[in-house]
Amino acid sequence: MTTLNIDHVSRWFGNVVAVNDITMTIGPGVTGLLGPNGAGKSTLINMMGGFLAPSTGSVTLDGQPVWRNEDIYRHIGIVPEREAMYDFLTGREFVLANAELHGLGARAADEALATVEMAYAQDRKIATYSKGMRQRVKMASALVHQPSLLLLDEPFNGMDPRQRMQLMDLLRRMGDEGRTVLFSSHILEEVEQLARHIEVIVAGRHAASGDFRRIRRLMTDRPHRYLVRSSDDRALAAALIADPSTSGIEVDLAEGALRIQAVDFGRFTVLLPKVARDHGIRLLTVSPSDESLESVFSYLVAA
Amino acid sequence: MYDPTVARLTYRALLGRRRALILGALPLLLLVIAVAVRALAGADDQTATDVLGGFALATMVPIVGVIAGTGAIGPEIDDGSVVYLLSKPIKRPTIIFTKLIVAIAVTMVFSAVPTLLAGLILNGNGQQVAVAFTLAALVASIAYAALFLLLGTVSRHAVVFGLVYALVWEALFGSLVPGARTLSVQQWSLAVAQKVADGNLVTSDVGLPTATVLLAAVTVLATWYAGQKLRSLTLAGEE
Repeated sequence: MTTLNIDHVSRWFGNVVAVNDITMTIGPGVTGLLGPNGAGKSTLINMMGGFLAPSTGSVTLDGQPVWRNEDIYRHIGIVPEREAMYDFLTGREFVLANAELHGLGARAADEALATVEMAYAQDRKIATYSKGMRQRVKMASALVHQPSLLLLDEPFNGMDPRQRMQLMDLLRRMGDEGRTVLFSSHILEEVEQLARHIEVIVAGRHAASGDFRRIRRLMTDRPHRYLVRSSDDRALAAALIADPSTSGIEVDLAEGALRIQAVDFGRFTVLLPKVARDHGIRLLTVSPSDESLESVFSYLVAA
Repeated sequence: MYDPTVARLTYRALLGRRRALILGALPLLLLVIAVAVRALAGADDQTATDVLGGFALATMVPIVGVIAGTGAIGPEIDDGSVVYLLSKPIKRPTIIFTKLIVAIAVTMVFSAVPTLLAGLILNGNGQQVAVAFTLAALVASIAYAALFLLLGTVSRHAVVFGLVYALVWEALFGSLVPGARTLSVQQWSLAVAQKVADGNLVTSDVGLPTATVLLAAVTVLATWYAGQKLRSLTLAGEE
């Protein structure tokens, strides 16, 4: 059992606060660290991996401090987001070097390469690898010593769907084996497919924690907002408000548009074009005004 | 204290094609100069001393030291690949010490060997000039490698600072401000050369005991401090 404890951790750079008083516990199984770009996920992962000192608070692995403690890496495997690795080596030379640095030998390296299914290209220079191949070799280098905690920063970036599925299978397997696996992502669907437990970070703050479906419901229960322009806004508004899928409509005179709140997303998307056609109204603009990930997350912060 | 895997990675990074070309350029230039001088002016002890002291020891050795010393760690920190060394249960001072050994070895090979060859070409080691400057280059390699390895660990602009030190401090200030010469790796290594060469061909502003102490102190302190800096190296994220 390996548990990573993040206790009231903050980190600021100059007067910019990147991570703001976060407390969380990451236990065995797969955990997704979700948040929009720039939310502080990488800063947090760097502190979890011992590459950045928290400004306040502490990060411990089973009670041992992570910062300035080289021995902790016997238990941690790290897959960094950055591309750079030793490009002048072949895949096998790279993984072997990583094994040797752990005091292990060729067998551990070969096993790790087999696990990520890279044995077939192991004698090619890393410089010739595709993004997905690089990612898998990084993964092999993090697995050579069979760590009980695996930290992955945006591991699916730049992978094609097949590679993505392979890596997800691998991570799921590692989680099932009882290892503690934490990966970060800014893509909701990735997290949804892989992690049952998620931690959400927004603007450096810990916005939500727990079962994915519960959090997802929190997000979808919120009304969807649309901005609509049409040939007859008021007639359209009157027709829409009669249906229970719409909870509110504001006539925005300045914008010359309707601001519509829909509670039943599925029903509303079917209703809108139908109502417009039945009343002979032309729709000029229909744009969701809060579909971006950031606004979905901001609901969570408010929740 | 010495990790063969770290050493192997460092050698391969340092002697990669492009860097090896840069490392080899100045030694090649020294040999070309030596051949040309010998052909045009014949063998002369004073000329040999001027070429080896003025170009080999004053310019080539520090620049080779900058390339090897900063190159042993700087690029890895810059591109973030150092994370693969740091995420291992290896003491940070071990990483620094290993890289220092590699940087010293590479600096010695690319500076002392061509110095010896150039000396032999210039005057056939008359008055022990070739051997004296070779020893000086070996000694200077140690201090330069340690200094520039530290620079590579603490600064992203290590090569620029290194060249400024090598060219401005050692060459310019050294010739203008007498006090600066006491704090110059070049003068310390000249103290060794002075001891070895016959006659008064080679002179240093620093006595051999002082030079030895300063050289050892700089090497040890720079290496220790680099190890400490690496312990708390912060890998900045993309954000």
